[in-house]
Parts: sequence; C-alpha cells; structure tokens
Amino acid sequence: SEVQVPLGVPCNGLASRPGCVPFPLRPYGVKKPYKEVIDICWGDAHSGGTKPLTFVRQVIAVCIYPELLQETTIAPDVKERARRLLRECPGGSVGKYCVCGIPFVQDGVCEFISKRDGGVPISPLHTGSPVQFVLKLLVHGKGLAQTGVLTPIPCYPTFVMGLTELGAAMVPYYLCEDDGWCLHVEELRRALATSRSHCNPRILYVINPGNPTGHVQSRESIEEVIRFAAEEELFIFADEVYQDMMYAEGSQFVSYKKVLFEMGPQYSNTVELASFHSVSKGIMGECGLRCGYVELVNLDPSVKQSVTSAFNTERNTAVIGQIALNIMVDPPKPGDPSYPTFSQETVEALPGTSFQAGSGGIYAYLRLDLPQKALLQAKEEGTDPDLMYCSRLLEEEGVCLVVGKEHGQQEGTYHIRICIGTTSTRLKEVLRRLKSFHLRFLNEFS
Amino acid sequence: FEVCQPALWKMTENCFMHHRTKVLTIDTMNPNVKKVEYAVRGPIVQRAVQIEKELKAGAKKPFSEVIRANIGDAHAMGQRPITFFRQVLALCSYPELLEGNEFPEDAKERARRILQACGGGSIGAYSASQGIECVRQDVARYIQERDGGIPCNPDNIYLSTGASDAIVTILKLLVCGEGRNRTGVMIPIPQYPLYSAALADLGAVQIEYYLDEENCWSLDVSELRRALVAAQQHCSPRALCIINPGNPTGQVQSRQCIEDVIRFAAEEHLFLMADEVYQDNVYAEGCEFHSFKKVLFEMGPEYSDTVELVSFHSTSKCYMGECGFRGGYMEVINMDPDVKVQLTKLVSVRLCPPVPGQALLDVVVNPPRPGEPSFNTYIKERTSTLQVLAEKAWLTEEVFNTVPGITCNPVQGAMYSFPRISLPERAIQQAKEKGQAPDMFYCMKLLEETGICLVPGSGFGQREGTYHFRMTILPPTDKLKIVLEKVKQFHQSFTQQYS
Repeated sequence: SEVQVPLGVPCNGLASRPGCVPFPLRPYGVKKPYKEVIDICWGDAHSGGTKPLTFVRQVIAVCIYPELLQETTIAPDVKERARRLLRECPGGSVGKYCVCGIPFVQDGVCEFISKRDGGVPISPLHTGSPVQFVLKLLVHGKGLAQTGVLTPIPCYPTFVMGLTELGAAMVPYYLCEDDGWCLHVEELRRALATSRSHCNPRILYVINPGNPTGHVQSRESIEEVIRFAAEEELFIFADEVYQDMMYAEGSQFVSYKKVLFEMGPQYSNTVELASFHSVSKGIMGECGLRCGYVELVNLDPSVKQSVTSAFNTERNTAVIGQIALNIMVDPPKPGDPSYPTFSQETVEALPGTSFQAGSGGIYAYLRLDLPQKALLQAKEEGTDPDLMYCSRLLEEEGVCLVVGKEHGQQEGTYHIRICIGTTSTRLKEVLRRLKSFHLRFLNEFS
Repeated sequence: FEVCQPALWKMTENCFMHHRTKVLTIDTMNPNVKKVEYAVRGPIVQRAVQIEKELKAGAKKPFSEVIRANIGDAHAMGQRPITFFRQVLALCSYPELLEGNEFPEDAKERARRILQACGGGSIGAYSASQGIECVRQDVARYIQERDGGIPCNPDNIYLSTGASDAIVTILKLLVCGEGRNRTGVMIPIPQYPLYSAALADLGAVQIEYYLDEENCWSLDVSELRRALVAAQQHCSPRALCIINPGNPTGQVQSRQCIEDVIRFAAEEHLFLMADEVYQDNVYAEGCEFHSFKKVLFEMGPEYSDTVELVSFHSTSKCYMGECGFRGGYMEVINMDPDVKVQLTKLVSVRLCPPVPGQALLDVVVNPPRPGEPSFNTYIKERTSTLQVLAEKAWLTEEVFNTVPGITCNPVQGAMYSFPRISLPERAIQQAKEKGQAPDMFYCMKLLEETGICLVPGSGFGQREGTYHFRMTILPPTDKLKIVLEKVKQFHQSFTQQYS
C-alpha cells in the first residue's frame, strides 16, 4: 500500500501504545522486586490515578440515562445542564449523530474562545481528531510538491506517525534545550531553507505548552513565529491542548489567536491559523472520550464550502465527547451548587509542585547524561542507549516510560518522558524507583 | 521626496495586504478532498437546516416542521434506546451510582467488568488502540455464537469509531499503485455514499456493479464479472464491497448469492469487504441474515483458508440505533500476517476509538441472558423495536406502490425505502437547465413544499435514465403515515405540473 505506515515501536504487554518501551512477555508468577508496573508513559490522567471530575461525569450519566433526573442526590445544576444538552439533541437522545457538532456546544466553544482571547469568534469545528482533519485539507503532492510540515523536535510520536500516514514530509526544527526548550526563529529559518530542496513546506506546527517539553511560549516568541509565518507564507497549526496546565511562577498562556489579533490587521487579516484544543488533557483528562475542536482563522473564502462539506463527512465526533467539551468551555461557576466540589477537584488534578519540570503541560522531559560505558554497552547489545536504559528500568523497577528517541532528539543526546499528570503519591513512588535505578545504573557503568 | 514617501509606504502596505496569497486556496487544497461528496448530508440537508431556522424565526410555510427522513438516525426520529444499555453506560460514566439502588444487579456487574478493564477504572482513559481486550473477547464470543460455533479469534477483532472508520482503514491499506496499476474497488450501485467518498478521498478507482432493480435489487455474479472485466482495462481491481442487508436498497442476500460472491472473489483474487451493520434489521418473509464468515467457513477449507474477508458491524443501527456513540468493530479473516502488523500500527495513529462506544459495544454483544433481572425488559424492547420497523417497512412499500409513477421494491431489511420515481420530460429539462440532477430537483421541490427531507437517488448511484429517492422508515408510525401521504400527493401534483 502507498499509505506510509509509520514506524512505531511495536509494543506488547501493557498496552499497544506507540513509543512505549516494549514489555517482553513473561510467564505469570515470575518474581519481581515490585508488585505493580507503573505506566507513566502516556498523557493519560485517569490511567495515572487522577479522578474524573464529578460534575462532568454526572452530567454525562444523566444525559445517557435521563431517568436520573428524578434522583434527589444529583445537584440541580447538573440536571439543568443535562436537560439543556438533551434539548439540543433532536429526539432528546445522545444516541443521535452530530452534524457539524451540536450547535449549542459549538456556541459554548465560541463564547469560551471570545472570553479567552477577545476578538471576533469564528465557528469552531468539533471532531474526534481535529489535527488530522485539517492536515488532510492541506497535505498532498509528491516529490518537490509534497507538502512539508515544520515539526518541533522533540515532538510526540503519534503526530509524526500521522504525517507519515497522510504522505506529508516532516521538516524538523530543533527546540533549544539549553534555553529551556524555547523556539528560535533562526532555527525555523534554517529548517525551512533546507526543506525547500526536497518538498513544499506549507505548514508550521507548534505545540504550546510543549509536548514533551512543557515549555510555555512567551508572547514575544509567538509574535516572532507569526511574523515568520507571514513572511514565509506558512499556515500555522497551534496545538494548545495543554493550555490549562500551567505551574511555574510568572508563566502565562496566551493563545496564538489572541496574539495574532493584537498584531494589527496586517497580520490578523491574513495569517492563516488553525488552533486546537481538546478534552483529553488539562483538568478534564478525558482522553478516552475523543473530542477536540479546531478554530480556523483567515480561511480563504474559496475553500470555505469545501471545508464545510469535508466536515460534514466527518464521522468520529462522539456525542459524549461533545458533552465533555461543553463542560470544559462552560464549567460550574461560583454560586452553582456543584462549584465547590468542582473547584476542589480541579486543584487536586494538577500534579504536586514538588516536581517542577516544564512550566506547563503534563510531562517532564528529562535529559539523561549517560556514561560512556553505557553507550558502548548499548552498542554491543545492538540497541539505543535510551532504550536500553528504559528497558532495564522497566525490568528492574517496574516503571514504564517513553524513550526520547520516539520524540526525536539531537544526535548524541538521550531523554525520557514522564507523564506527571498523576497523584502526588504515585509520582513520589515513580521518582523513588527512578532515583534508585539511576544510581545503580551509574554505578554499574562508571 | 518627503511628500511622496508616506504615499509610497501606504501603497506598499496595501500591496502587502493584497499580494500575500493564502496558503490554502481551492487550487492548493488536497484535490482528493474536493472530489468528496456525501449526498446524505449534502446540499439538500443544508437547505433543510436553513428552512428549520426560518421556521424558528417565524416564517410562514405550508408545513410546521421539517421531517428529516434522510439519515438513518434512529434516535433523532424518536426510537427509544434500550434501557439496559443506557443503564450500563450511565454506571460506567459515573461509577458512584454503583453504590446506590437505582440500577439492577446485572447492569452493575457488566459496568464493573468494563471499568476494571479501563485505565484507572475510567472510561476517560485511553484504551489500547485495537480496543479494550475484554470487549474484543466478548465480541469474538458473540460472533462465534452467531455463526454456530465457528471459532473467532479476538486478535482478529479491531474495535473502531463506528463501522465507517474501520471501512476507511481497510481501504487505506488496499489502495496503492499508479495508472493502470491503481487499486480498483468494486462497489454496488446504488451504494451508501461513504464508499464513493472514501474512494475519492484515497484516489482509488471506483468500479461499479449494478444491483438488479427488477429482481428486488439482488446481486448477480454475471454483473460482477462484467464490471470486473471492464475495469481490468484501466486499473487493478483488488477489493469487492458488499452491503448486506443493503443500503439504500434494503435487500437481504440469499445464502446462495453469498456463496456465489465468495466463489467469485476466490477466483478473481479479490479482497472481500462485508458491511453487515444492518444484520438484525431483517423483515421480509423468507429472508434471513447469513453472515459472510459463516458461509465462507461452511464452504470448506478451500475457501475458508484462503479468501481474505473483513466484516464490519456497529452499534449505530439494528435495534440499538446508537449512532452518536460511535461504537463498531471489524473482524479480519485470512489477512496476511505482515499486513496485519501494519494494520495494528495504522490504528494506533488515532490512539483509540471512543471508550464509551467500546463500552456500549460490549453490552450489545453481551446483553441480559434469560434468568437475569433485566432480561424481560430487554427482550420486550428489542422485539418491539424490530417489529415496529418491520411494520413500517411493509407500510412504506404498500403505500408507495399505490402511487402511479412510483414503484417500490419490498424493503426486505435495513432502514430505508428506495422507490423509483418516473419524472415528466419537462421536469427533467428544467432540472438540467438548473444544472441539477432531476431527482435532486424533485427532492428540493418536495422539501420546499412539504418540509420533508429525502435524499435523491443520484446521491447513491442508479442506472442512467432512472430516478429514485431514499427515505428512511424511521419516523414514528403516525408521522410516517402522514409523510407517505404527503409524498404521494406531492408526486401527483408534481407530475401534473410538469406534464
């Protein structure tokens, strides 16, 4: 098939998840120094032990089974929200197909975006995989005409796999590790220039806050990127799914759209921007519900009809996901009966401040300084040093995390990615095991 | 010079604003996206939505509501969900309900089992890309029981976001080559436009085989052969898609027919794709659903060891009607092991199908058994839903066949009628002048005059010179009766108007 099936690390055991360290199959009953494997790969809050938000789940349950409207234990604001959502579903049922997303949910997203950014809201499109949806509109061509996508290194593996699947050329640009993983425009320029000899670069993909780096872009940096995109005629894809997860003092998330609109009409009327958000991360952590949205800014009028038609053929926007999305953009407010519980749970959902990695996002992306002997050993074993490190970590300590190689890294550097979106107890346990392993490892290869 | 400068700057600024061409224009867009059309939600639906807005704003029309008989969306048409399924899903969504007394024990047991298989005990966690393992096991068991004990390996089950997602995934694997070697995919005419849309999207060659309208839309292998031979001139036919029971035609394939198709696929080395999402929707006397897999295995190892088959099912149709949950699966049979590895990787790009849909699928294949507290209600609801659909199928066929100029084949199964309409020459002319397909012209007029939204046959494909529309049998019986009457009247006045 011409579908470029992407290289993923084949995975057994824990879950067939790309980028995960392969868990060698073992017979049951084998003795290990640990009782459970902690899978800390995945940006999956619930798997990591974070509890879903009560209000979200109550509304969903009532929407699914409206008989619960009679339940006295369920708060009035839950019922009111569920009733409202059900009213918006023709037939009053969440079993209905959604065309272009439930309008009521769409309106809520619009309002959310306006409040966040000011400026004119543009109808967002919800779908199960908004990034793929927009990529498909743009990506085509072969050889020199092949659409190129400027992609940050490091980046999360399934994005790169998605590019391969669609037949896009990945154009890597390296984030600057020594500078807190920030984006340097000169590096963008370099990447772009070299790419022109083998593809047609049209898309600039940025992740803010970063995955896996956790880096939060400053306003100045965003302006630079926008200016660069304007000069070089690139379509910006701003993946902002971690926008709710900000920890470091002084860090503030500002959306690409907001910055764009504050740069004046020369930019705000011309630069094409797709900005993405989803219910998978942040305080919601509802990855399994598969719902996100994209806001398309400054689309050429000639494509609007095609985009609408293409969107009308989308079939993966589950209604339950849209309900979660509605709550994400319009949560309980002070004064609402559910508010106290909601705000308390929201605070608990953020990881402990004892471990500061990036200033945002859900991961810690750690650099490993591996001794020379370890590098040689890896070579002998015919494997990559970070993969060897992680395999041993899994075997000896039962901690499963993502190998830096899957994110891309500068030649000769090694990293590991840990999802810190979990309870502080669990995180402490992970760090304890990691520390213990790391010291032994250094000792062995000193 | 100084006076000129500001003017120059302003001109440059304007030029800058106009000069910059957009990255995404109709010319630079992925050309395959432009080719995609999806009649079921196309222009007629967009107009229907507009009219609904106009009605809401108080516009006066000869009708008070738009009746959406265009899409196979049961709940939107008032079909009640199965209580047990909704109970289990509510419990999965908000597990605190497990502590209370509102729900029966069998619902709780299933919810607990599903949650145990989810990361962190939550349906909000990612699942394995192929789908939650215990759900796949339950699906395998269901298939095995359905097919009289023929073994089903859970490893061959891939859960998906509705059946559509799985169908597109398989097509992605199949499509390759250039020019004369470009993959050709055989699809029925009339067909469910997902197929033509997906083929356009992937740049595959569409090979059309006509179902036989004179013979209740049956499939004739000689027609398959004709289509194949013609196609071999300009592409490389690799796959054969069958929809059974059919959409939009509703025909239910006989066992003999299925055997013939399998033999044909074996001879011609074609990959079989069996879309069986309407497998419980069988109404007509003498008709029975036969799964492709079952027939394949009953044909002996010469076929069952070799013919590559994928069968698709979902939670959107049948008696469940839960389109919004996006639950579905495919079973792959005799797939090359190397390709299967690629398939497994391919599905991981989207991470996983929506977990609530997976949970729903689990309960659908694992419903209450005799003796369990919820069994009686479940059986009653299921039987009643299917019975009402059968009645409406028969009613639709009956009424349409009383209208001069409309002929309707028996609605043997699925959820639609696809009657043939004869259109006066003048109407056809006017349509052509407007640049519209004649049946689109007809359906648009019908919408404007009666508020009834149907899909023109041109959206599904039909023999040249014939016209049809697709209407769902889903509206509640009283409403359906009114709709049928109105269409009848409209057809008569339309015929008179354009004669």
